[in-house]
Amino acid sequence: MKFRISKLFFLPICAIFFLFSSGCGNAAGNENGEVVVYNWGEYLDPEAISLFEEETGIQVIYDEFETNEIMFPKVEAGATQYDVICPSDYMIQKMIENDLLAELNFDNIPNAKANIGTQYWDRSEEFDPDNKYSVPYCWGTVGILYNKTMVDEPIDSWTVLWDEKYQDNILMQDSVRDAFMVGLKLNGYSMNSTDAGELETAKNSLIQQKPLVQAYVVDQVRDKMIGNEAAIGVIYSGEAIYTQRENPDLEYVIPKEGTNVWIDSWVIAKNAPNKENGEKFIDFMCRPEIALMNFEYITYSTPNDAARDLIEDDDIRNSPIAFPDLNQFQNLETFQYLGEEADQMYNSLWKEVKSE
Amino acid sequence: MKNNRLTGKLLSSPYIVWAVIFIIVPLGMVFYYGLTDKTGAFTIDNITAVMSAEHAKALWISLGLSLISTVICFFLAYPLAMILANMNVSQHSFIVLIFILPMWMNFLLRTLAWQTLLEKTGVINNILSFFHLPALNIINTPYAIILGMVYNFLPFMVLPIYNSLVKIDANVVNAAKDLGANNIQTFFKITLPLSIPGIISGITMVFIPALTTFVISKLLGGSKILLIGNVIEEEFTQAGNWHLGSGLSIVLMVFIIINMAASAIFDKDGEGSFL
Amino acid sequence: MMKITVKKIYIFLIFVFLYAPIATLMALSFNASRTRSKWGGFTLKWYISLFDNREIMQALWNTLFIALISSLTAVVIGAIACIAIHKMGKRKRAVIMGITNIPMLNADIVTGISLMLLFISFGVKFGMGTILLAHITFNIPYVILCIMPRMKQLNPSTYEAALDLGASPVHAFFKVVFPDIFPGVLSGFLMAFTMSLDDFIITHFTKGAGVDTLSTKIYTEVKKGIKPEMYALSAIIFVTVLLLLFLINKAPKEKV
Repeated sequence: MKFRISKLFFLPICAIFFLFSSGCGNAAGNENGEVVVYNWGEYLDPEAISLFEEETGIQVIYDEFETNEIMFPKVEAGATQYDVICPSDYMIQKMIENDLLAELNFDNIPNAKANIGTQYWDRSEEFDPDNKYSVPYCWGTVGILYNKTMVDEPIDSWTVLWDEKYQDNILMQDSVRDAFMVGLKLNGYSMNSTDAGELETAKNSLIQQKPLVQAYVVDQVRDKMIGNEAAIGVIYSGEAIYTQRENPDLEYVIPKEGTNVWIDSWVIAKNAPNKENGEKFIDFMCRPEIALMNFEYITYSTPNDAARDLIEDDDIRNSPIAFPDLNQFQNLETFQYLGEEADQMYNSLWKEVKSE
Repeated sequence: MKNNRLTGKLLSSPYIVWAVIFIIVPLGMVFYYGLTDKTGAFTIDNITAVMSAEHAKALWISLGLSLISTVICFFLAYPLAMILANMNVSQHSFIVLIFILPMWMNFLLRTLAWQTLLEKTGVINNILSFFHLPALNIINTPYAIILGMVYNFLPFMVLPIYNSLVKIDANVVNAAKDLGANNIQTFFKITLPLSIPGIISGITMVFIPALTTFVISKLLGGSKILLIGNVIEEEFTQAGNWHLGSGLSIVLMVFIIINMAASAIFDKDGEGSFL
Repeated sequence: MMKITVKKIYIFLIFVFLYAPIATLMALSFNASRTRSKWGGFTLKWYISLFDNREIMQALWNTLFIALISSLTAVVIGAIACIAIHKMGKRKRAVIMGITNIPMLNADIVTGISLMLLFISFGVKFGMGTILLAHITFNIPYVILCIMPRMKQLNPSTYEAALDLGASPVHAFFKVVFPDIFPGVLSGFLMAFTMSLDDFIITHFTKGAGVDTLSTKIYTEVKKGIKPEMYALSAIIFVTVLLLLFLINKAPKEKV
């Protein structure tokens, strides 16, 4: 028996030899330097990175994060010096306020101003007032995804999420700001509100809604809606195209009370060791064919108008989900960083909702 | 004797050094954050915050659910460990591995798989409806959370108990039987007391992770029930309030101390009955 | 006879419970649809694309390497510590065991961030090394918790007898103590290995850019949906380990 167990130990030791002989052979340096990129998981076509490396000879060290809030302390502490990062709107503002970002030299990024539509630059001003720090990469809206076979009436408003008919058939977003966005918009307030009274009203609406909610989810909306688990869900528009492809009964709508228009943008860290390479990288990502490649890979709307023109499929190029005409809608807003105090107010109100 | 003490010091020093650097220092930081506010001034607000309605409720629910899960784990694991311990000796390591193997699949993937199994339109309900049986609706309820906890932490209970049962000298058990004890008496007088160290380890390894878990209530509980683990996790990852998160973590450490005290008491019994 | 049947049924039920999600994962690896909630037909394409995916393969090697080295180191440190703790007085032992439990209780993110800050303040370069240090740290408690129960059951007189009979302390340890605590060492090793495989948050905060493990890959994939290649990889790992286990168990018996 003892002998047998020692054989068990022998196994991993074989594995380790295998490792040393095969795994660790990519330490070669690079003459044109490197660029360290920190992006959302699965948020870029890996092929685009290979093309960039081939063309420029710059080695890309690619790292991924799961949420803005997990990314922030890592960048702030400076454990790893990142060059290019891809945070969301409000987080960019927070990083600017914390002096973590470097101003971009747009002479090195000619493709940005040339290809990215003006309306996206205008919208970016809500969090980056002079468009000095960020280049939009992906954008979208937040709306209602519903299953046509499970819903009787046309849906165009957040109020459907309070309809008792759909008890236990509603999927709500499980993050503070997204949930409160719905609660605030429902009551006609700004989703960047810091008014205690308005937030209290929104909180009461959310508490009132809770018995109807099947589950609070973030990324699970996608799979649950495809699998017919629920009739209605709050979802990001980038997921809507994909879910529709998998389940044709699903329909996406932007509620008439207005919603969140979010933008994820490229920025460069203040302490970036390879700022110029970083700018080259951003410029490369703004090329129409590369932006198109990324759009096709991740299905999140691209702000790159030149890339959009290259889309061959008319249905997608003119899709009201991927590329809605924002002028048609009222009360569209983009998240802003509201400061620590307001964040805490939101958070404690959200806890009251969740512990109800 | 002197020599003995010296070797004791020598043996314990690597771990103590390690513990000081990698456990005490991080712990110190938790205390630093927990006992200060964002200006750096001393405060106990982050500790007393546990009294607030939401936090207290979250703590009670967490304690309740993890206690229930620990008890279920114990009653599932003990008979199992006994059966396994009585099996053919040459299969020990095989058996241990069979119970650990499921944990080699990523935790997140496994929990998502439970979602696929339990959902309204999930695998189990499809099977049930095929046989015209009533549907099982436990997803997004506390029952699903308990199921997730039991599933994830059961091996942590089985292994230590199994380990301590294997160690029991068969002669002791046989002696008890020779002296006229029946099976039940032997179990309560010999087997159970001798396995107490394993039980303590098992309870620690199930109860504590269950108390602090947040993924299970998110994925299987539909995030509708706020556990103390979720509160702490969200303070760090969503609200960015490390001070409150640390303060609440310190409160949880009370349970370590309780656990410590409890095992010190049972420890004595365990060793006493052995000698 | 009746009793044996009951035992068998009981073990079988526990197995169903433990392996149902694994079976689900394996089924999903053959699902042509990318989503877990729809069956799109049978396919082997994920297995093919898995081996073309350099990143996943690299992450796999990193994961195994880290899990193996960190759990072996943790076993050595932990086993030595157990012997020392065993010799301590009751109060001192309670304190050390309490400290040992702390990493299990702290939210992972607390451990992760505090280790990150610790490494920064010592100017350690982030990479494989920092991940290893972090993993060893959270592995040790599991090792100690697995070995301690066996230490407590150890009969001290056998060790002393060996010393009296002229064995050196090291020799006596390996001949007398070690065989007795070995099952604990083994389950400690396996537990540590398992914890290391599964960890995400602590790894995330202690890793350098571009060093990925399977966990960090899987968690960052959540936003866009888990890639079916991951199910395929899980299935392969599972089947491989299972086969190895059977081979070892069925191998002709050898004399000790």
